[in-house]
Amino acid sequence: MRIDCPLCGSRDRREFYYQGAAVALARPAPDAGEAAWDDYLHLRDNPAGQTRELWHHEGGCSAWLVVTRDTVSHEISRVVLATDAREAGA
Amino acid sequence: MRIAGKGLIDRSKAVTFRFDGRSYQGFQGDTVASALLANGQKLMGRSFKYHRPRGVLTAGSEEPNALVTVGRGAEADPNVRATVQEIYDGLEVRSQNAWPSLDFDVMAVNDLAAPFLGAGFYYKTFMWPAKFWEAVYEPIIRRAAGLGALSGKHDQDRYERAYAFCDLLVIGGGPTGLMAALTAARAGADVILADEDARMGGRLNAETGVIGHQPGHAWAADMVAELSAMPNVRLMTRTTVTGAYDGGMYGALERVNHHGARRANLPLETFWRIHARRSILAAGALERPVAFQNNDRPGVMTAGAVRAYLNRWGVSPGKHVTVFGNNDDAHRTARDLAAAGVHVAALIDSRADVTVEGADFPVHTGAQVCNAAGRKELEAITIRTASGEQAIQTDCLAMSGGWNPTVHLTCHMNGRPRWDAGIQAFVPMPDAVPGMVAAGACNGVFPTRACLQAGVDAAAEAIAALGMKAGAMDVPQAEDGAYAMEPLWAVPGKGRAWLDFQNDVSVKDVKQAAVENFRSVEHMKRYTTQGMATDQGKNSNVAALAILADATGRGIPETGTTTFRPPYVPVAIAAMGAGAQGKGFAPQRFTTSHQASTAMGAPMIEAGLWYRPSYFPRTGESSWRQSCDREVGHVRKTVGVCDVSTLGKIDIQGPDAAKLLDFVYTNMFSTLPVGRVRYGLMLREDGHVMDDGTTARLGEAHYVMTTTTAAAGQVMRHLEFVTQCLHPEWQVAFASVTEQWAQFAVAGPKSRELLNGLLGAEIDGESWPFMACGEVEVCGVQGRLFRISFSGEHAYEVAVPARFGASLFDLLVSRAEALGGGAYGMEALNVLRIEKGFITHSEIHGRTTAFDIGMGRMVSARKDCIGKTLAARPGLVEETREQLVGLKPVGAVRQISAGAHLFDAGAEAVRENDQGYITSVGFSPDLGHMIGLGFVRGGMAREGEVIRMVDHLRGLEADVEICHPVFLDREGERVRG
Amino acid sequence: MVELTAKTACDGLLPLIIGDAELVEVAAGALTSLAPLGDAAGLGAALEKVHGLRWPDPLRATGKQGLRCIWFGRGEALLMGPVPDPALADHGAVVDQSDAWAVVQLKGLAAVDVLARLVPVDLREASFKRGHSLRTQLYHMSASITKTGADSFMILVFRSMAATLVHDMKTAMEAVAARG
Repeated sequence: MRIDCPLCGSRDRREFYYQGAAVALARPAPDAGEAAWDDYLHLRDNPAGQTRELWHHEGGCSAWLVVTRDTVSHEISRVVLATDAREAGA
Repeated sequence: MRIAGKGLIDRSKAVTFRFDGRSYQGFQGDTVASALLANGQKLMGRSFKYHRPRGVLTAGSEEPNALVTVGRGAEADPNVRATVQEIYDGLEVRSQNAWPSLDFDVMAVNDLAAPFLGAGFYYKTFMWPAKFWEAVYEPIIRRAAGLGALSGKHDQDRYERAYAFCDLLVIGGGPTGLMAALTAARAGADVILADEDARMGGRLNAETGVIGHQPGHAWAADMVAELSAMPNVRLMTRTTVTGAYDGGMYGALERVNHHGARRANLPLETFWRIHARRSILAAGALERPVAFQNNDRPGVMTAGAVRAYLNRWGVSPGKHVTVFGNNDDAHRTARDLAAAGVHVAALIDSRADVTVEGADFPVHTGAQVCNAAGRKELEAITIRTASGEQAIQTDCLAMSGGWNPTVHLTCHMNGRPRWDAGIQAFVPMPDAVPGMVAAGACNGVFPTRACLQAGVDAAAEAIAALGMKAGAMDVPQAEDGAYAMEPLWAVPGKGRAWLDFQNDVSVKDVKQAAVENFRSVEHMKRYTTQGMATDQGKNSNVAALAILADATGRGIPETGTTTFRPPYVPVAIAAMGAGAQGKGFAPQRFTTSHQASTAMGAPMIEAGLWYRPSYFPRTGESSWRQSCDREVGHVRKTVGVCDVSTLGKIDIQGPDAAKLLDFVYTNMFSTLPVGRVRYGLMLREDGHVMDDGTTARLGEAHYVMTTTTAAAGQVMRHLEFVTQCLHPEWQVAFASVTEQWAQFAVAGPKSRELLNGLLGAEIDGESWPFMACGEVEVCGVQGRLFRISFSGEHAYEVAVPARFGASLFDLLVSRAEALGGGAYGMEALNVLRIEKGFITHSEIHGRTTAFDIGMGRMVSARKDCIGKTLAARPGLVEETREQLVGLKPVGAVRQISAGAHLFDAGAEAVRENDQGYITSVGFSPDLGHMIGLGFVRGGMAREGEVIRMVDHLRGLEADVEICHPVFLDREGERVRG
Repeated sequence: MVELTAKTACDGLLPLIIGDAELVEVAAGALTSLAPLGDAAGLGAALEKVHGLRWPDPLRATGKQGLRCIWFGRGEALLMGPVPDPALADHGAVVDQSDAWAVVQLKGLAAVDVLARLVPVDLREASFKRGHSLRTQLYHMSASITKTGADSFMILVFRSMAATLVHDMKTAMEAVAARG
């Protein structure tokens, strides 16, 4: 498996640390309520298809990446810097 | 028997090797199989289950029978295919799974018991009593059935792993692969051509066909010469591409030095991870046997293998050879043998309506071989024709049930092959592996001319996808006949007709599976073990599922095939994990005081990747406890020195640095004055403690955070996460400076006295009060000084650039010794901190909250922080939670142990009654008894209560009293002194 | 006053010459981590002004031996050689890392083959040329690799891992040399 890091280019998966769903980008406000926090921390979709995931290029440039990946074909269709993903609201 | 004038071996170079203790001679270029056949040795192994005598079936890596052990002692390599192992002088080969000898194997009695040992026998037979399975049945079965055995010794051989990159990976160096590689290389692509054979050319080396005006093998050699002269081509021989993975990654096993004696430092094997933008699979095809009674007798082999032995190695596997097939290709074997002067006893074709032209040997059409005679060597076959059965004397039968395209790699990413009724075989689905094109025989295209063209076409397609342009290629003339065949899977009849030679699975077994309702191929495979082990169904898969299809009344496409998974050939774990033995397992991180510590005799213990001194033994000390007690005393009474460089240190700068710290720590850091240090607690978002440590404010917008040794990487990643994923708008930068600074704790009543001899300017209680920090000059070097303490004593941590670390450590230790103290290690450090109730990751082990460790009030009410919201969940602040307490023995047993569980006095020591557990223990020289930290349900309110400690693992029980976690100097007077 | 003596990261471990590869420790001078704080252009301009070095683009290095600046990951560059001018601190975080890294040079015809045993990135001339620099892993270690000349690579790993660096390099160098 390889991930196309926007800074470093195509790299072997061993350079990357997998975090989980990109849901983690949207941290609720402290008073958002139990349901919102439960959703943020614990509840995850398990789609057969596209997912948005957070990977950290720990063995490379240290950038956090938002990776759009298909869980069936394993195809990676998009990789953006987490900083850009947040700013674009994507 | 050798045939004069045939073969690609070097007859000027004789090679001597041993098989089962006997010396044999072959030639350079021989495999063990070809050399043994040349010497008339047909029996090469015993089968897995029934210990039936077996000879070689094939001439390639798909060989199921002729598995041998190469070498001896720790170098022994079991289950090596004799068809792949090249011979060299001094090579030692042994047969397997036979006792006392290959020729006379007592376990062959299994064969007589065969009626009881059919498919699924062990599921049915060894049911009772249940305990017997592990104790009795399994060991017996394992001893009786099996392949080669491991040496049981440490593998001293060197293996290697490596990476390679290319535009185009061509898998297989036969006619298709060679043409594809040349086409792509001439277009300028960066090409890797990998072939598992020592000699490129594939079937061309085994056939007599002509390409252009040359013999096929000569054409292949010319192609190889041209390719090897091109700078953009890398030829990898003896390299099997074993798997296709996501993103254009391929695994490949190179057998670097299995064809010669061991050479210093030269790896036996290299496991390559190849990234290819495109690939062409040109893996060829595998011939399949025909199932008939006793078709496993030594001397029965595939027709293509017989041709390979004849044409490539100049060996006829028999003196009177018979050929049996269902296709035209098999006829070649008879013709090649006859042309080479070998007696062809008969050609038997199962098809009725074929004519064999120009045959100067008996031909039987519409006939089948229905039995073979001879036990350790084929003696005769019985054929069944329209006019009845007849026996033919023969010592070698070349059989062909047709050819299976080698589709394996196209299935590695979940692709399913497609049934091609024309060739009665599975062929790859296009795009089954992204970027891979199958071409030639592995794509169901068999004529040589068509393969050459397919290579050109596949390369042109790949080149275009890479944005390059392939030039016109001349495709030379070559054999272009159609491949005509009629299905023939099994010849009807009595007795056992073998499908899977390696796993001893017969036609009957597959039918039995169907009868017992294991109708899915996947179920049949597991029930019968067909297609397991190194063979992976290469020889038997299609025939087995054809029989299953027939038995279940379905067609082959509906029945489907089992999944081919990587690796294509067996790969030693040693190759995949190469480099990770011994010191290669993980990086070793050494502090600057490492050499000095080991010179002082300190045993080093691992802390994450770091190595830290356990204790520093002195003359006259006979146990670690004596050293530890003394070192604790140094710190409590005079002064001790300890290397604390392994703690993570993160430099944090920027206008929003304070904001970041307030957000990741539960307590406030924006209010910390410059020149001061504060202890901080960091939570995970789920409210549990992630890490703790001190952070110093060196400037208005400049902090240095310390993390625990273990969590340094995790905290760094966490900070990156917060600043990139949650607050990219913050102006803050951080860098790990763990490695920049060598940092030493100088602890004890005489710590200031020690330091004042070394610092540029003397310090006192006023200039450096508790929790002060700042820059200092240490022996003329710019350093940093922090007045912090992990021992509860008046203590400092002094840091200098790492290049001076070794020198400063020596100096500090000698000064400490002069003051009556000395260096202290992890054991003493642990006792010192337990005495003070300071936590480590033994306590903040991932399930504890700030509330549990009595730090609930450190979660600031004035701000949000990571973990704050969820730490307030009712379940995380209940008074009945397990809370941090101190523990001390109060009964007759004075020993307490970490990991022990706690129970109410009088309660049975079972899980339901569990009251908590002990996390850390040590012997306090000051108190004269053991002390511990642990967690007890509602523990903070239970001070003074005596409960029972039970260590089920060590068989230890003690009465312990719950006490305050701070054992010494609860008011903290010493640290400020 | 007692004087402290300095030890380099690879003290006693190098040089190493095996086959067509040579591994030596490099005296790289001061190493300074530079990270812009909101004003990347300002930091780049300051670097150019005070040290005459261009701020490196991702995957690139500028300057030459003794005065070099290499891209060091997201939002970070490593100034190698000169003691940093204080003016740089006006535009970003300036952190002394002179002692944090073991700096070695691997050179020789076999260098690229040696690294192919350890580094999961294509370092052959066609894709990794002089002036290219990247962050990756050298076997298990986080590393920075810069192409400094034909068949010449500058490699940085954590100082504490110097012994492992030499061990891993030596193993790879021996295996490549043994192939002949």
